Amino acid sequence: MLKDITLGQYFPGNTVAHRLDPRTKILLVLFYIVALFCAQGVVTYTLLALCLAICVRISHVGIRQLVRGLKPVLFIMIFTGVLNLFFTPGGRNLVEWGVIRISEQGLHNAVFMVLRIMLLIMGTFLMTYTTSPISLTDGLERLLNWMKRFHVPVHELAMMMSIALRFIPTLIEETDKIMSAQKARGADFESGSLIQKAKALIPILVPLFISAFRRADELATAMECRCYHGGEGRTRLHVLRYEGRDITALCLGGAIMVGVIVMSRFGL
Amino acid sequence: MEPILQIKHLTHTYGVGTPFQRSAVEDMSFEVREGEFLGIMGHTGSGKSTLIQHLNGLLKPTSGQVLLAGKDIWAEPKKIREVRFRVGLVFQYPEYQLFEETVYKDIAFGPANMGRTGAELDRCVREAARLVGIRDEQLDKSPFELSGGQKRRVALAGVLAMEPDVLVLDEPTAGLDPAGRENLMANIRDYHRNKQKTIVLVSHSMDEIAQNADRILVLKGAHILMSGTPAEVFARGEELLSAGLDVPEVTRIAMALRDRGLPIDPAVYTVEALERQLLALRKGGAAC
Repeated sequence: MLKDITLGQYFPGNTVAHRLDPRTKILLVLFYIVALFCAQGVVTYTLLALCLAICVRISHVGIRQLVRGLKPVLFIMIFTGVLNLFFTPGGRNLVEWGVIRISEQGLHNAVFMVLRIMLLIMGTFLMTYTTSPISLTDGLERLLNWMKRFHVPVHELAMMMSIALRFIPTLIEETDKIMSAQKARGADFESGSLIQKAKALIPILVPLFISAFRRADELATAMECRCYHGGEGRTRLHVLRYEGRDITALCLGGAIMVGVIVMSRFGL
Repeated sequence: MEPILQIKHLTHTYGVGTPFQRSAVEDMSFEVREGEFLGIMGHTGSGKSTLIQHLNGLLKPTSGQVLLAGKDIWAEPKKIREVRFRVGLVFQYPEYQLFEETVYKDIAFGPANMGRTGAELDRCVREAARLVGIRDEQLDKSPFELSGGQKRRVALAGVLAMEPDVLVLDEPTAGLDPAGRENLMANIRDYHRNKQKTIVLVSHSMDEIAQNADRILVLKGAHILMSGTPAEVFARGEELLSAGLDVPEVTRIAMALRDRGLPIDPAVYTVEALERQLLALRKGGAAC
């Protein structure tokens, strides 16, 4: 049951979308987000949706998986949609029924806001679906390298992130195991009042914390045994290098972003 | 002997409808008789762990049935906890499930969940602790102060304290030193002998299974490869080896001796039995 969580899950593959440099993908997602927030009208939204559709097609990620990623933000989507729908004044009133009023502008805002969130989530999910967490943090570290000059511990942050990502599945598995073991001793997580339910978590949380600390300790020892001493002077096994396809993708992405911005100036 | 557990055409499939779909257990049928010591062996990934989690209803079969004393355990899903009290399951590395402030409280977790209180609860806890060799003064200690082997025994006591009719153990001796292994197995044997309770032991130590089990089930690739008494199973030693499984050391020696031309029955799995055969052989040889 816990295994069903798809949190930044990676689907291995060997398409162009998978082979792109992680930095390119991060930048493309950034471009996409900027474009999304500048987009105003039907034309630009259609263009952006089309771009996403093409990328999904290229990446061979199933549309069902992508839609499943929307489930956790469903509430936010509905919330924004409803808020915008009822509380935006402006334009002609389409519906007027007591205090409830839907204006033209409200309908417009609601539809485009929900679309924006949907495209935003699906776009970022496409990146995490096609990029392994390790190369993602790798790319992020390289992209933020310039911040080292301002004494931002970029390497440490990236290392922390990759360790955290690496241990999410492990901890989920561990939680599952501990839950099963306590259930075998008659623990009951489902019934009872809220306080009883919270109390029932103690037999899971205590062992989980202990094992997390144990793991952290063991990992630190293992890293020290291999002479890990931070990012200073550390070389890499896989050096990231921009290829022709990365440059093509970045140029295309940049052009689309600029195009969208220009078009939205004209209210398209 | 009456079967206490009956497994009928049990199938369990993980990740139905995803690219990762696979069956861990496929169409398995067998029974566990009351009071017997059943050994289950098989490679990693042969479906052992998945199988035993069905015995106490932690996992629900994709298809098939598990009957406890003749009743389908999933007939009333609300009462699945009762099943878990009757079929005690000790997981691999159970010491990682300890959480209470004292050893006593941790052992009492299971029986307290059953609704036991007062003198009854105290009796269960102390008896379970005695069975696994935990001394009275250790009961007030924090379980996290104990050594690895002792922690494991406390965890075992936590399940024994529920006084289950069937005790299922998943690799109970994994990661212990030889003395710790022997100690723990002796505890389990004593429990089996004195309480006449049914035991299901999962292990990939052939020697451990050979020395203790009345009957053996061999799993391979989500199916039952063979089942029978230790003598019957180890008589098919070659088959076991070609399935990538081990046989007890003694059996391997017997097989090697037979390959060198000695008329030895390779279905031996204890040192004593092989000794008897060899002595008989020497006497016979002297008579020639």
